[in-house]
Amino acid sequence: MAEIQVDVQARRFQERIDAEVRIEPKDWMPDAYRKTLIRQISQHAHSEIIGMQPEGGWITRAPSLRRKLILLSKVQDEGGHGLYLYSAAETLGASRASMIDALHSGRAKYSSIFNYPALTWADIGAIGWLVDSAAIVNQVPLQRCSFGPYARAMVRICKEESFHQRQGYEIMYTLATGSADQKAMAQDALNRWWWPSLMMFGPSDADSAHSSQSMAWKIKRFSNDELRQKFIDQAVPQADILGLEVPDTELAWDEQTQHYRYGAIDWDEFNRVVRGDGPCNRQRLAEHKRVHEAGAWVREAVVAYDRKHQDQSDV
Amino acid sequence: MSEPMPLFEVFVRSKRGLEHRHVGSLRAQDAEMAMQYAREIYTRRQEGVSLWVVRSGDIVASQEEDAAAFFDPADDKPYRQATYYDLPEGVKNL
Ligand SMILES: [Fe+2]
Ligand SMILES: [Fe+2]
Repeated sequence: MAEIQVDVQARRFQERIDAEVRIEPKDWMPDAYRKTLIRQISQHAHSEIIGMQPEGGWITRAPSLRRKLILLSKVQDEGGHGLYLYSAAETLGASRASMIDALHSGRAKYSSIFNYPALTWADIGAIGWLVDSAAIVNQVPLQRCSFGPYARAMVRICKEESFHQRQGYEIMYTLATGSADQKAMAQDALNRWWWPSLMMFGPSDADSAHSSQSMAWKIKRFSNDELRQKFIDQAVPQADILGLEVPDTELAWDEQTQHYRYGAIDWDEFNRVVRGDGPCNRQRLAEHKRVHEAGAWVREAVVAYDRKHQDQSDV
Repeated sequence: MSEPMPLFEVFVRSKRGLEHRHVGSLRAQDAEMAMQYAREIYTRRQEGVSLWVVRSGDIVASQEEDAAAFFDPADDKPYRQATYYDLPEGVKNL
């Protein structure tokens, strides 16, 4: 009896999705759909928050007040993105504390790109240009994700991302059209960030574990390789305008497919970084834990303040 | 009738996938009745797929006269808009 009930519900659920009808938090949904979304949305949130670290380190070292204000605003936006996403995951019944705990224990991941260091000011340009561009390519289709709160969070986030990308490109353009040393610095940043940016789209389709079910659920609309290709097709002409060289000797425009062909991605490196052995994995996590623990007194104070006021209104 | 019934604010989701939007208010003795009235008053023409009613007194609102303190700090931050940045000629998809 109960099983038949679930069957009917499951069928209705999939029919809704097939008809492009959004799922809302109080609707019936399969457990696996809920779990997949909690995993994806919380890891997306962690990426926004951990992503504040490489850029945040440059706020006090920005080369002008203008650049400092811009970077501060951008990093602040990323914190906001994390909060929209944690809230969207909470509509599915995940608690904030459990999500943070999963991050700290290593059960939850975040985008591997943030395990690379931002070594020079040009890296701030390369991150805004490449990393935020890649994030936009990933996030635009998520605005039509089948889960309403995630899709709506993405609409807000995408709107805010476009300045991130432009401020990064502006930094790159300023350096690339500056002195020879500045141009070399921009080229060096591109050299280091190009391949990790391509890895942001995840394993190639042949090796991607979660893709087909997520496609059927319309959480994902394009495959990893399709999104990666889209990013490359956009970024290469932008690099040309900067007068910089993309560090891929096999990169070539293919007249037939109307896409760029590109060289092999070093998946060993990707797997190493995902497993925890990138240049900054330990540092990123340790910093998150440190700040989380250092902020415990604030959370306790908020609760104490609330309790005090409740006691007073009880009188 | 001396005490007026409490005021409720009504929010309607017009279509799945869209957010609930404020459509107006009404008076009702409790939330359950507010829901019934809201259906009668605000959704007689298939305006929605979901209704929220919230006691007006439970809404914490900023005041018009505080608007400056709340929103003006954004005035001198044009760099938060993408249009603030000059792009070199011919660059696309930015
Ligand atoms: Fe973001
Ligand atoms: Fe961003």
